[in-house]
Amino acid sequence: MMKIYIIWLRQLKRYFRSKSRLIGSIIQPLLFLLALGFGFGPIFQKAGGGNYIQFLAPGIIGMAILTTSLFSGAEIIWDRQFGFLKEMLVAPISRLEIMIGRTLGGATVAVLQGIIVFIISLLVGFRPQASFWPLALIFMFLIAILFCALGTTIASLLEDMQGFQLIMNFLVMPLFFLSGALFPLQGLPQIFIKIASIDPLSYGIDGLRASLISGTHFGFLTDFIVLGGIATLFLVLGSYFFSKMEI
Amino acid sequence: MNNIIEVKNLTKKFGDLVAVDNISFNVKKGEIFAFLGPNGAGKTTTIKMLTTILHPTEGQIKLNGFDVVKEPTKVRQSFGIVFQDYSLDDELTAFENMEFHGILYGVPKKIRQERIKYLLKLVELWERRKSLVKNFSGGMKRRLETARGLLHHPKILFLDEPTLGLDPQTRNLIWSYIKNLNKEEGITVFFTTHYMEEAEKMADKVAIIDNGKIIIEGTPADLKEKTKTQSLEEAFINLTGHQIREERANPVDRMRMRRRAGFRR
Repeated sequence: MMKIYIIWLRQLKRYFRSKSRLIGSIIQPLLFLLALGFGFGPIFQKAGGGNYIQFLAPGIIGMAILTTSLFSGAEIIWDRQFGFLKEMLVAPISRLEIMIGRTLGGATVAVLQGIIVFIISLLVGFRPQASFWPLALIFMFLIAILFCALGTTIASLLEDMQGFQLIMNFLVMPLFFLSGALFPLQGLPQIFIKIASIDPLSYGIDGLRASLISGTHFGFLTDFIVLGGIATLFLVLGSYFFSKMEI
Repeated sequence: MNNIIEVKNLTKKFGDLVAVDNISFNVKKGEIFAFLGPNGAGKTTTIKMLTTILHPTEGQIKLNGFDVVKEPTKVRQSFGIVFQDYSLDDELTAFENMEFHGILYGVPKKIRQERIKYLLKLVELWERRKSLVKNFSGGMKRRLETARGLLHHPKILFLDEPTLGLDPQTRNLIWSYIKNLNKEEGITVFFTTHYMEEAEKMADKVAIIDNGKIIIEGTPADLKEKTKTQSLEEAFINLTGHQIREERANPVDRMRMRRRAGFRR
């Protein structure tokens, strides 16, 4: 337990010591929230969807968590380049423990980012239903753990930063756009709904939206089981690749 | 069974390049073993395989009775290592780096606190314990790295050029600490160095590797006797110098040369 804790703690320390990371990763979600929120607001209202900021905010919180989580895998590549990875790999600690410590650390950072975006969205006019609070936090954590594990898995297969960036950009956009973060899934063409239902982020956004403003597409339990299941799968997969890693 | 390290027919190939070529050797429990060789001879590659972070192409390694490929976790519980190149976290302080290591290796809290203080004082970094490592000079990082490697007391201690770039005072202090560990706790020490007088003074046994092959093995006295030289340094130059001339014609070297030429273009 101590070993997982120290790996987790290291990541939090690194996060709080890097001010540019703190600020940089908030700018993109903020831009989406303001530009799309106010840009599409009137149309959404006219179409009978109600307040768009209200609908959009959970999606943008999900987006902030998605990007922070996925890119937390980059730290593995930094650690490899700066040599610190060796220090961890020769230590008498199981690869699963390293994977869990790293994932929890990255996830905590991502959830903090999500909370910051949540606070900003409150300033912009988002009004959640207070009674569902704790559930939203749970979904934030599930999204974060899932994508941290995925990011770490991918990073453990790569050696250079450029390749990682490329794959991440290739992943982030489709995951985000096809997740129903920006628009309701109800009433979309069948093919689109099928695609959205294989995007794990859809379940995260759905759960987040359901717990913050009510109205779920897949159902709470489905959201929870799908997210938890895929997160576990990536954790196991990640520790497998981790154990195969050579330096 | 008093061999704590057993290496049998170990080979590592990177594509066509044979970095380690069918080597076998044993290290006895409690021994101080010097693994010497010119740059690029295969020392670090061998250490990487011994310490589970690189898989052998062929051959078998047993550490503390455990197979390195089949039982990596048990092997990792048996050794500690000071790496040749940096493996510190720049964004953490000196103390945090030590603490991280201590916890990862399960050193109990009380012993951990005592040893961190003792070792950081030993390498004269105690005053700087709260500074981020990224603000350290090369020599300070090196000292911290060595101190960190000595924080837990394993059965086998690997030291890949532990005293590189250190001043004689620090080098002496570190060696007397290592010697003491070896004597008091029976820790086996496996080290590489380019300081031949260090190897001659400290090592019970020496192996010299060149072009991926072990060319000689024995006590420093054996080596001097076999080469009819006065010091280990002379013996080393005698042996490896000879070897380079002989090896120049082999295909690996030709390929290496071609590669180098290719890079230049």
